[in-house]
Parts: sequence; C-alpha cells; structure tokens
Amino acid sequence: MSLLSVQNLSVTLRNRPVIRDVSFEVQPGEFIGLLGPNGSGKTSLMRAVLGLLPATGRSSLAEMNTSDRARAVSWMPQSREIAWPIPVERLVALGRLPHLPQGLQLPMADQALVDQAINRMGLVSFRRRAASRLSGGEQARALIARALAQDTPLFMADEPATGLDPAHQISTTEIFATLAAEGRSALVSLHDLGLAARHCTRLILLSEGRILADGAPSDVLTPDLMARAFGISVWHQNTAQGPVFQPLEVL
Amino acid sequence: MTRLMLLLLVAVLALFLVSLTLGPADVGMGESLAALFDDSYGPLTLVMQEIRLPRAILAVLLGGGLGLSGAAMQGYLRNPLAEPGLIGVSSSAALGAVLAINSGLAAALTLGLPMAALAGALAGVFLVMALAGSHGSSLSLILAGIAISALAAALTSLVLNLSPNPFAANEIVFWMMGSLADRSMQHVWLVLPFVATGAALLLTLARGLDALTLGEDGARTLGMNLNRLRLLLVIGTASIVGGATATAGAIGFIGLVVPHILRPFVGWQPSRLLWASGLGGAVMLQLADIAVRVIFPARDLKLGVVTALVGAPLFLHLIYKTRKGLA
Repeated sequence: MSLLSVQNLSVTLRNRPVIRDVSFEVQPGEFIGLLGPNGSGKTSLMRAVLGLLPATGRSSLAEMNTSDRARAVSWMPQSREIAWPIPVERLVALGRLPHLPQGLQLPMADQALVDQAINRMGLVSFRRRAASRLSGGEQARALIARALAQDTPLFMADEPATGLDPAHQISTTEIFATLAAEGRSALVSLHDLGLAARHCTRLILLSEGRILADGAPSDVLTPDLMARAFGISVWHQNTAQGPVFQPLEVL
Repeated sequence: MTRLMLLLLVAVLALFLVSLTLGPADVGMGESLAALFDDSYGPLTLVMQEIRLPRAILAVLLGGGLGLSGAAMQGYLRNPLAEPGLIGVSSSAALGAVLAINSGLAAALTLGLPMAALAGALAGVFLVMALAGSHGSSLSLILAGIAISALAAALTSLVLNLSPNPFAANEIVFWMMGSLADRSMQHVWLVLPFVATGAALLLTLARGLDALTLGEDGARTLGMNLNRLRLLLVIGTASIVGGATATAGAIGFIGLVVPHILRPFVGWQPSRLLWASGLGGAVMLQLADIAVRVIFPARDLKLGVVTALVGAPLFLHLIYKTRKGLA
C-alpha cells in the first residue's frame, strides 16, 4: 500500500509551467530526498502534492478532505512561521490538533507523543521558552518536533535542515532515516548532497519542473546527472565510513 | 488561567452593580437594587428598569462582543495591530446611521437609526466578501476592508458636507462619538441576537486560530478549512460590530487594546484569548461608561471619546514595551 501516489501532476503559475507531468509513488519505509537547483520546483511540487496549490493530474493526498489529510501527512513549510511567542511545548502540541475530538485539553497518550517529539529534537531544556524568540535553528527544530508530534505515516518537509548547525543537520536527517526504518516515510527537500548521499534511501532529482532522475542515491548522484542538474563536478566514493559525496567545482 | 477568568468575571459583575446604582439621584445602592425588582418604589423603579438596566446590559454585551471580535481578528491576521473595524463594517454601519439621521428616518421611527445602521453593516459585509473572494488569503480581506472603510467614510463626509440642516449635522457628529446614554430595553433586544450569534460563531474558531500560529499552510495541513474559518470570522465580527455600532455609535480601541493587554496572561494562545478578551472588553467598556458619568455628569461626555482617550495612551505604552522587547 503506497502512502502517496502522484500521477501526471502539472502546475502552472501566472501562465508559466512550474511542474510538468510529474509521477511517483511513496512506499512505507522510504526516506526520499527531493533534490534540484533553486527554482526547479521543489516547493511547488510538494505544495501541489498536498493540495495547497491548484494543479492538474492526480495526487492521492490532494484528493483527501482536510481532516483525513491531516492524519495522513504532516508538513513543515520552508517559511518558519511562529506567529506568537507561545512556549515550545505548546507549539509542539499543536501537532496533536487533528487527533483531538473537541476541546483543547491534551489527553495522556497525546502528551506522551509531544514529550517524545521534544526529546527527539533535543528541546527538553527549551520546553518553556517562547518559541518565536528562539534562534533560527532552534525554531526549525521546534517546528520539526511539531511535525513529528502529528504522528502521521508520511512526513513532508521543505528544507528542514537549512540553517541548522552540522550536528543538528546530521541528527535531524538521522531522525528521518529512523522514521523510515520504523516503517514510516519522509519526503524531504534538501540542498546538502552529502547528507542525501549518506542517509536517504531514494532520491528524486528535479530540473525545470520535471523529474530528471528517480532512484537509489548511487544512481542519482552520478557525475553526469549532477553536471546536467546543477552544473557542478563532484567526487563520490564509497568509503569505510560509508558513502562520501563532495561537490567540487562549477562547470 | 482560571484565576484570570475568575478575576475578570468578578470585575464584570462588580462593575455591573456599580453601573446600575450610579446616577444623579442620591439613592443608596441597596435601595436602587430593591427598586429594580419592586414596583412600589414608583419613579425610582422606572429609572432603574428603563434607563440604568439597559445601559448596564449594553455595556457588558457590546464591550464583551468588541473584545472577543478583536481577539479573533488579531488571531486570524496574526497581527496585534488588527482590530474588528478593519473589515469595514463599523464605517458602513455608521454610514447607514448617518443617512437615517439626515433623512429624518431616525426621528420618525423609534428604532429607525439602529435598523438603518444594521442595513449599512449588512451591505458593507456583502461588499467586503464579494471583493475579497471566497478563496483569498488574509491579505485580500484586509485590502477589501480598507477599501470599503474608505468608501463608507467618504460617503459619510459627503452626507455631512451636503447636509442642509445644521442640527442634523450636529446630531450626526455627536452620534458618531458613541454613547450608551438613553438607550432602552428595545435596544437591548435588538442587539442581543446579533452579539450572541456573532460570539457563538467566533468561539467555534478557537482551534483554527491556534493552528494559524503556524501560518496559513501550516493550519491547512493541520486539517483546518481556512475558507470556512474566514467566512465565519467575517460574519461573526460583522454581526457583533454592526450590532454594536447600530446601538452605540462608533466605540473604538476596545477590540484593539483589550486583547493586546490580556495576551501575556493567557500564554499568548489565540484560543484562550477569546474568552478572556470578551470578559476584558466588558470590563473596559463598563469602566469607560462609568467614567463618562462620573467625570462630567452635566456635560454629556461621549463614550467613544473616553475609550479613545484611555485607549490611545495605553496603546502607546504597549508599543513602547514592544519596542524595548525588540531592541
């Protein structure tokens, strides 16, 4: 049973085709990295898949009603919006909203999931701090915890690791890999090709609104495809410490 | 949280009693309250039932409604500077009232003025909804509201400009300053359904407003239907503000200042602010209405003038505090 099925999805914004005829499936247990240069349509693709952007073609998530969708997928947008200085634990608890019947009191089981998400993102000492007054990287971690607390089979995030320090970039990416190992899936756009090479189970490479390549990291991060998509030369080796990928020069 | 609610509730009730027993006649509190329920006091009973009771009830109803709609509007727009008048309803209601005064309808019919103001509010809200579209973002709502406000204000000025009768112009200017003096129980029954409906609609928005803390995309992927939320917000706010303007004229600053003051006390959560701000609005409007009667009992000080005089410096103080927090 696939968690997401996208068929012939196209998006046109202001008479400009942004996404052209994109199809793919997401199975349980996958950590998919969505790669592509600036303006290749990563954000538009994800928003269209979620039904936040009008599109032609099919997306199984866009066809759901809003409350079913909120239990099927969680979404972390690129713009890290936190409108009010509410405490971090309240922010994370917002992820439980789709699962609560009525009222705003948090049941025990839900509180446990909130605590788990806070622990996973290393936010225990920030619990009571005002979320909107944290540093950019800390805000990103709080918002990822918020998405984790939604506890959905599929996680989607738009550049969640951007702006994090190296340790948190690695640990955040590892969290998505762990989720995939647990049988959930993550569809995450990212620019750090080295992290993608090490942790993703599958990569989708976008270029000018089309899928240029879709497959295992070793099949996508080839010198030829990297040159076509990004215009860079690369060094990619399987080492004793796992795959190492380094962009070298602009061609 | 509950302590804050209890405190506000006690304040509302205490001020209600003060408002009921405050007047030019030198009558004790106990006697006035007894006269309210007992016809044997003669004229005092009449004063209590026909003058002071409606005034006190209206202060609670309108203050509560304005505070609540201010909290909802600020929560929806995620902006502490938003206020319920932003969607153009108070200006269009004022235009309706001004037309009623100028045309003589207000003098000819007992409830002519509030009815005309409600018609103006209704026309205004339809125009705003048509302009903003049913699928637009919060920005289109603000722009539509500003356009309708400006248009209604211009037409109001035109009516004043062309008014052949200086007394009508005078009356219009005084009416627009807002007042709760000399309102009857008829006014209460007229405005009650509007405020009650509006409040019921706005209170259903609690979860959606919390979810909007994460932005519009964030709220939508948390299962919130934002088109429905915006529609309910506009109808609820219009119902309250239209009703309030129709019965009391333009009373500003309550919906702006009260949510802003109370926000830190409810942990900045938009959902918890709704109730608190409703009670806080009732407290502030009652205080203002009592001040109007105590400061210059003989000069007919207008309510809207007092709320603005108190509200503006309070607001300046809040801006100063915010600026210090940013630095």
